Amino acid sequence: MSADLLTKTAHELRPLLDSGEITSVELTKAYLDRISAADDKFNHYITVTGDTALEMAKSADETIAAGSAGPLTGIPIALKDVLVTEDIRTTCGSKILENFNPPYDGTAVAKLKEAGAVFLGKLNMDEFAMGSSNENSAFGPAKNPWDIGRVTGGSSGGSAASVAARQAVMTLGTDTGGSIRQPAAFCGVVGMKPTYGRVSRYGLIAFASSLDQIGPFTQDVTDAALLLGAVAGDDPRDSTTIDAPVPDYVAALGKEIKGLKVGVPREYFIEGTDPEIDKAVRDSISKLEELGAEIVEVSLPHTDYAVAVYYLIATAEASSNLARFDSVRFGLRESAGDLISTYTATRAAGFGEEVKRRIMLGTYALSAGYYDAYYLRAQKVRRLIAKDFSEAFEKVDILCSPVTPTTAFKVGEKTDDPLKMYLSDIFTIPLNLAGLPGLSMPCGFTNDGLPIGLQLMANHFDESTLLSTAYALEQATPWRGRLPEVL
Amino acid sequence: MKITTDQVLHVARLARLEFTAEEAEKFSGQMGAILDYVEKLNELDLEGVAPMAHVHDVVNAFREDEVRPSFANERALKNAPDSEDGCFKVAKIIEGA
Repeated sequence: MSADLLTKTAHELRPLLDSGEITSVELTKAYLDRISAADDKFNHYITVTGDTALEMAKSADETIAAGSAGPLTGIPIALKDVLVTEDIRTTCGSKILENFNPPYDGTAVAKLKEAGAVFLGKLNMDEFAMGSSNENSAFGPAKNPWDIGRVTGGSSGGSAASVAARQAVMTLGTDTGGSIRQPAAFCGVVGMKPTYGRVSRYGLIAFASSLDQIGPFTQDVTDAALLLGAVAGDDPRDSTTIDAPVPDYVAALGKEIKGLKVGVPREYFIEGTDPEIDKAVRDSISKLEELGAEIVEVSLPHTDYAVAVYYLIATAEASSNLARFDSVRFGLRESAGDLISTYTATRAAGFGEEVKRRIMLGTYALSAGYYDAYYLRAQKVRRLIAKDFSEAFEKVDILCSPVTPTTAFKVGEKTDDPLKMYLSDIFTIPLNLAGLPGLSMPCGFTNDGLPIGLQLMANHFDESTLLSTAYALEQATPWRGRLPEVL
Repeated sequence: MKITTDQVLHVARLARLEFTAEEAEKFSGQMGAILDYVEKLNELDLEGVAPMAHVHDVVNAFREDEVRPSFANERALKNAPDSEDGCFKVAKIIEGA
């Protein structure tokens, strides 16, 4: 089996599978071989589900032979380990769930099963999706295939890096404050956070329920459109999903962007951003202009407050959500005499340091005497941040910015200073607070060969414009398909 | 903003966590630095701004209260650290019972 096969996207594999040139079983074996050859080095997978994958591939081959294949039938994919999978271990990157075998599939997972996708396994992540580097995983950090000494970004580090390293055709991750877009930028792949409410969160282990959203990691924009289309939609099991029709996202690609209004928010072009990133992003904006877009400078005046708002709201929600890890129904138990001592001993032993830090901050922000000063105030500023965006989207169709102020940093570089780590999410957090869709795509490389990400943002439920703009740019630039040397 | 180690230990009790003296010391410094940073929200005049708890203007999602299939007992218990007679089992919580 040629290594070349592993560089193909889902939409490129489709005709090969449908014509019988290759089978899903052959393709799946090629991926499993790659994982066993490379993942000791990369640590992208927490669990590899080889037998399940081969069974699913066999069944996909039957569907293909019967002529009833869909776009994802027989495509080997992998899932961030925050998504619950029936009878497949789901750890959430935590010791507290090290042996958790969920009795059900989440909605996005069930939809992918229904679509005939093949599950290669569960991907590494920061514990409970809390982190910006994947260094908070109880299973060790995932490594960046562009430079093994650098972080993948996080929290969906394994999801981004495994696509770059061709250890899966496409993957799902989750984004609460940038956890899809930031690792996509660090690893040089396409990553998309849909509108809040676009994809069901049923079966997504909750971190911050008003911010979390599931989205795709892919090698190109067309695959992102395919994967989003497969998982999007209303779900009676998640009352925050919105009953809006799911358009054909792939059909929107190829549309001209002449006359499109692209806003450049001045607060996202700040001192402290790596000059190579600044240049690559400005080059992309010029390219959009060449393609006929109208560039408009806009202001999102409350941007500077977003990180502070986020670390109050997200931690408050996390402290409440993580109260369920009480060692009664699932997860680790450290018995210690009475029930309260058992709760405490279990949580002290099972949670890692960053998770504890966030539970502590959230508990503090919600506790008597501090609620008004912290949590309520943060919710009010959240309103102002959302309003900045709604005013901008009265004038423009798309916003364009860097994803991150730096490229992938070195393993260990920021672990001693949580605040410094939090500030690395400054360009991605505001979008989650407003619930808007955003996408990160490769827009160049530094002189050291590290990928640079471009962030595009759109109005609520306007994923079609987001994807068609990204597609136009992808077709007009040389970055699609640039992959690191893996073996 | 200074968070004392006593405050750290108090919040830890509320959150059902526990720390060594050394950890509490480290957390008091880190939490203090983060709370100093969030003080910047005090720069804004928030008179008349409604708090935002949710992205979309949705209200409660209701459905008919109909019986639907649920997990079989053994499925629901399969991840339980301890169980007995089809129930989750925990340490005794009623004195003298």
